Amino acid sequence: MTATETLVAAGNRAHSHGPGSPVPLQARSERTTSYDVADFAVPNGREEDWRFTPVKALKALFADEAGTETVKVDVQAPEGVVFEPVAADTFKILKPQDRSAAVAWKHADKALAVRIPADAELSEPVHVNVESLGGRGFGHLVIEAGRHSRAIVIVDHTGAGELGTNVEISVGDGAELRMVTIQQGDGESVHLAQHDALVGRDAKLNHVAVTLGGKVVRVATNVRYAGPGGDAVLLGVYFAEAGQHQEHRLFVDHEAPHCQSHVTYKGALAGESAHSVWIGDVLIRAAAEGTDTFELNRNLILTDGARADSVPNLEIETGEIVGAGHASATGRFDDEQLFYLQARGIDEDEARRLVVSGFFNDIIGKIGVPEVAEHLHDVIEQKLARTAALTEATAAQ
Amino acid sequence: MATLEIRDLHVSVDTENGPKEILRGVDLTIAGGQTHAIMGPNGSGKSTLAYSIAGHPKYNITSGTVTLDGEDVLAMKVDERARAGLFLAMQYPVEVPGVSVSNFLRTAKTAIDGEAPKLRTWVKDVNKALSDLEMDADFGQRNVNEGFSGGEKKRHEIVQLELLNPKIAILDETDSGLDIDALKIVSTGVNRFAEQGDKGVLLITHYTRILRYIHPDFVHVFVDGRIAEEGGPELAEELEANGYERFVKAGAKS
Repeated sequence: MTATETLVAAGNRAHSHGPGSPVPLQARSERTTSYDVADFAVPNGREEDWRFTPVKALKALFADEAGTETVKVDVQAPEGVVFEPVAADTFKILKPQDRSAAVAWKHADKALAVRIPADAELSEPVHVNVESLGGRGFGHLVIEAGRHSRAIVIVDHTGAGELGTNVEISVGDGAELRMVTIQQGDGESVHLAQHDALVGRDAKLNHVAVTLGGKVVRVATNVRYAGPGGDAVLLGVYFAEAGQHQEHRLFVDHEAPHCQSHVTYKGALAGESAHSVWIGDVLIRAAAEGTDTFELNRNLILTDGARADSVPNLEIETGEIVGAGHASATGRFDDEQLFYLQARGIDEDEARRLVVSGFFNDIIGKIGVPEVAEHLHDVIEQKLARTAALTEATAAQ
Repeated sequence: MATLEIRDLHVSVDTENGPKEILRGVDLTIAGGQTHAIMGPNGSGKSTLAYSIAGHPKYNITSGTVTLDGEDVLAMKVDERARAGLFLAMQYPVEVPGVSVSNFLRTAKTAIDGEAPKLRTWVKDVNKALSDLEMDADFGQRNVNEGFSGGEKKRHEIVQLELLNPKIAILDETDSGLDIDALKIVSTGVNRFAEQGDKGVLLITHYTRILRYIHPDFVHVFVDGRIAEEGGPELAEELEANGYERFVKAGAKS
């Protein structure tokens, strides 16, 4: 197991990790954001924010052209929740940070706004099912949790083709929003997404990214705070199989004082050229006194030929904080664990299942949405069964 | 009654300089109702014998046989050996993060028995096994070996021994690193297992200390990959008084 574990004491200088950075690391706040596609050149894969991504597979989502298919969106919501199309520039919480987000912003003609009224406490989750029907399609979703509301919103992405989506999340003062985004497109599908959240005063956001399917998935999640006392918990679970690229980029921008952020992403990888990328950027600005932040990424590599890139990065502009730290570790499946379990009579497949479900156990528990946890258990089981078949086939050769 | 028979066992491991032979012709028979102690200096191959019987993939069996009641143990997978009735209490039990002790124990018991244990009696059995080893009942909620002290790991191994109740138990230096109180607790557990009458115990140890609490019927001195001398409990007393020196010298000559 290789691990980097760094605790940054208050007042320490900012630092960064990342083997072989081709470009000097730019301060996060200096990155371009723009609604104008022309402000972003078509990525060639050498840019800092595209260097891990298979950009050749993404041409359809870089082209400044309208979609070829409409994206089917189906909303099921408990009474009181309002959902309606609005003009794309109604909220402007999200500012595109790269070419694909700017293209999606421009070509998704309307935004779908899902509004949870102030003080509402939803007994059931809101379901937003986003299905791309093949070809190139764009989506724009806004989730607005009114002040002091409590809600769970599950956005499930399925289908084929190339999908570019932007999601704006507004968590009103004192509200508590749990938002789950599931990426499980078909085998050859591509999905690039940007999520920007604005967390209100004393509000709490639980943002959960679950990436299971698709050839290339890239989700960039950005969090800002509208006032003090905000709390963001960003969770991610992913499982990349042969040929899949799953990328999660996080940026928590602490500008308001006394806010918290806790980022935990865990992923498993199995199969030839399965690839995961996790970028965790946290910026604590000078005004953000009393910030408490920790980010963690763990990867479990189950077979040869898989690769996990993990780059945590912390910039700190004030020493007056509660705490800031990060940890990243990528380990191989441990044969000694397998031997130990087998020596107790447990067969190899069951032993693998135990170890992998143990790896995901704590994070699945934190998701706090039973239907998502159950679905994850099922899909992980299926993926492990495929991995076992793959391992046996390799061993037989 | 079960019988574990080891005949002319040769085992090697792969090293950077090619295969290295560690076991050089081991003959040993453990019948139900007997407790055997294997004692020997560090590096003599005691643990290799234990892990080879359990089927650890690191060890290559180059010749010889191991049978349990006539069945070819070496042809079985690791889990099949456990289901056939072999148990290895490990010197360095492995952490399994995220898997609770109670889930692990139930999964193992189900695998060994071929059916899930009856819930009500099982919970009682687990609680009894834990309290016999002087472990809190909330131990079941902790993750397997994660954050356990050295003594807790060894006691957890004996909890498994008692719950899975194999035919033959191999204890690999279960006494090492234990303080005297933990050693007594662990020894009492092993004796409880052995006192069922039809169980075989192979106790591998470097020190004679544990033999004050677990009384072997046979003592084997292990030097340089084979058994150098065999005898009764009196052999352990000689080792206590004189150490391994006589055997190591004899081994070097051969």
